Amino acid sequence: MFGSRTLRTAVAWRGPIVQFKLSDIGEGIMEVTVKEWYVKEGDKVSQFDSICEVQSDKASVTITSRYDGVIRKLYYDVDGTALVGKPLVDIETESGSELSQEEDVVETPAMAREEHTHQEIKGHKTQATPAVRRLAMENNIKLSEVVGTGKDGRILKEDILNFLAKQTGAILPPTPLFHEIQTPGLAPSTPAATPMSIPAGVKPPPTAPKPVFSGKDVTEPLKGFHKAMVKTMTAALKIPHFGYCDEVDLSRLVLLRSELKTTAERHGVKLSYMPFFIKAASLGLLHFPILNSSLDEGCQNLIYKASHNIGLAMDTSQGLLVPNVKNVQSLSVFEIAQELNRLQALGAAGQLGKSELNGGTFTLSNIGSIGGTYAKPVILPPEVAIGALGKIQVGSKPSHQ
Amino acid sequence: MMMLFHLRRRFYLLRAGTGIQQAWTSSSCFFKDPSSSSSSGLVLQSQSTDVFQNLALEDWIDAHLDLQQRSILLLWRNRPAIVIGRHQNPWTECNMPAMRRAMIPLARRRSGGGTVYHDLGNLNLTFFASKKAYDRQRNLKVVTEALRRVCPELDVQATDRFDILLKGHYKISGTASRLSRKSSYHHCTLLHSADRSALSSLLRPSCTGIQSNATPSVPSPVANLTDHAPSLQWEELLEALVQQYNSEFGLTSALTPVSPSDESLFPGVGNMEAELRSWEWTFGKTPKFRVETQLELRDEQLAAGCSAYLHMEVKNGLVESCRMDIPANWLPLRLSSTLSEVLLGERFCPHRAAAALTVFLRSESGQLHRRLCNLCEVLLAVMG
Repeated sequence: MFGSRTLRTAVAWRGPIVQFKLSDIGEGIMEVTVKEWYVKEGDKVSQFDSICEVQSDKASVTITSRYDGVIRKLYYDVDGTALVGKPLVDIETESGSELSQEEDVVETPAMAREEHTHQEIKGHKTQATPAVRRLAMENNIKLSEVVGTGKDGRILKEDILNFLAKQTGAILPPTPLFHEIQTPGLAPSTPAATPMSIPAGVKPPPTAPKPVFSGKDVTEPLKGFHKAMVKTMTAALKIPHFGYCDEVDLSRLVLLRSELKTTAERHGVKLSYMPFFIKAASLGLLHFPILNSSLDEGCQNLIYKASHNIGLAMDTSQGLLVPNVKNVQSLSVFEIAQELNRLQALGAAGQLGKSELNGGTFTLSNIGSIGGTYAKPVILPPEVAIGALGKIQVGSKPSHQ
Repeated sequence: MMMLFHLRRRFYLLRAGTGIQQAWTSSSCFFKDPSSSSSSGLVLQSQSTDVFQNLALEDWIDAHLDLQQRSILLLWRNRPAIVIGRHQNPWTECNMPAMRRAMIPLARRRSGGGTVYHDLGNLNLTFFASKKAYDRQRNLKVVTEALRRVCPELDVQATDRFDILLKGHYKISGTASRLSRKSSYHHCTLLHSADRSALSSLLRPSCTGIQSNATPSVPSPVANLTDHAPSLQWEELLEALVQQYNSEFGLTSALTPVSPSDESLFPGVGNMEAELRSWEWTFGKTPKFRVETQLELRDEQLAAGCSAYLHMEVKNGLVESCRMDIPANWLPLRLSSTLSEVLLGERFCPHRAAAALTVFLRSESGQLHRRLCNLCEVLLAVMG
């Protein structure tokens, strides 16, 4: 509703309630099933906005609004049967606005100039596209108050922006609208009613992210993965942790990898440093199998695990997950690299499954991949040890002979 | 948002022998301005076999081309894919684990109707027209007449359900359509030489126990045209369809190849494709459904088992409620309820659930861990 900007009371501005009837779908169809509502009672709608999706006989039909206004009543629930010619929704329109009697509302390009004075409020059909109407409604602007600079007095997006710019001198929230006012001379990215060419080669000046002040705390419930993490991390931190850190000279590894990289690529495998670390960990575990063990319930027994299923912490769309490479003790560095590629692809696609995520016996966390130098990792139960790798750096520390 | 799109005619080269007209792509491709030509039709052939790109092209044409003065026919086919209707439930319609193993993607289209299997042996035809000119039987007549022309011995008939049957029994074409404010499109399949064994193995439910009001598919026996007319060539079929379309609608359109990923020709089509690929569209648009199923739990080490019940409600593809009735002597109630809580609000998806459940499993050990592991496996199987 286009009411006063500071005070909005529904009672004072109540307009006529229009029963929007379900119009003829065609082919003699008399009833349809309502499948999805795009609006609910109380929502503002503009002419041409989608109201709901109905289905009839293999046809999916989008019903759009004929009016601007506020939804006051939905006549059907989802899966209800809606009848053609009967009311679908009630829309409370702006008082004095013109109601279309036509079946299909067609946007008429030509309008008599006399009708376009902004002193006229009653019986005034303002020429503007649905996108412009929405923009005006979102910013509580009466279209009749805006001077249209388009063809035949049509109101363009730029006219709304200019109107807003004059109205508010205060800090505006950083909506795309705000950025467009900030960078004049650049066309809006959505197709406009009249073409406006973007000057070739001009890029918007880089803007530092402006701190958003919405003024309200936001509560988001923890769910799924994150909820489970809370429980597990709490259990993990109950394990007494002992940490040991060291720096290792990797000059020879760097050389080795660069030599093998192209060969691996020829076999379709991307070779990073991780396969080497994973294999090295496994070789170490052969010497110290206690690090590849698990304590049973009540810490009564230590179970030495035969397989070296070495996990690697990975950031995926599913969350921070730790898929593991199975039986590293039997794999070559190249085979580990292959398997790692497969896990990374699955992780990127959000398709890591139970078999990849379960059964780990030892974990490596590569904090270096995000630029970290040191890290204090947390053991993932039921494992008993975890290794963290920092960034490989070029330095001049004395090497041990 | 409707946008008038005026493009000029593309140059084309006639290829002798096949009769199919090919077009050379110039750097800027143009379509003829409808007001200046006697023919106000257009026949397009998509050069892509990617189901998402082709569906995006349909969306683009529907949203951007002025269909009040012209009608358009789009011919397309896809690499193996399963396409569900706008208001369907993928978990009941297709076998998603099998599809994942075979690397066959799932797409949800914007039109209604049932689930179909697409492969390169299936031709899709989309008839774009204004809402006033929407006439599915007339479009299907184009198909049946074209078929009778190339293979006079074929007994093909459109039904009042808008299917096309061969010999009154085998379905060779199914229909679906979409109506917007002023435009419409009606698309149908046409089985030329599709892989029927893949079709039947994939079009079965991912899991049992789902109760929903989603549009169900109506299974029918199908046949390929080539099963009954083995000499029918693909190009021959296309040519006949184009000719019949022109004849039926009084047009003189040539078959014009287009690339659905061409942003210069179809600005914004990339975004439409991205939306069609998104989880929010493919799964999030599933109508609300319930899962009511019995779970068979097992503890291999003790050779013991028990039955439990799962009650779940899924809305917009997310778990809205979850309750598991598991005997307390099998698993402590606190564990069953915490597990339900972990699933709440997450996607009804085996990967998302696996990620959450694997983390959850780390906090338990011994017998409980074993039983929880088994429960998780059974739960993930329900999610497809």
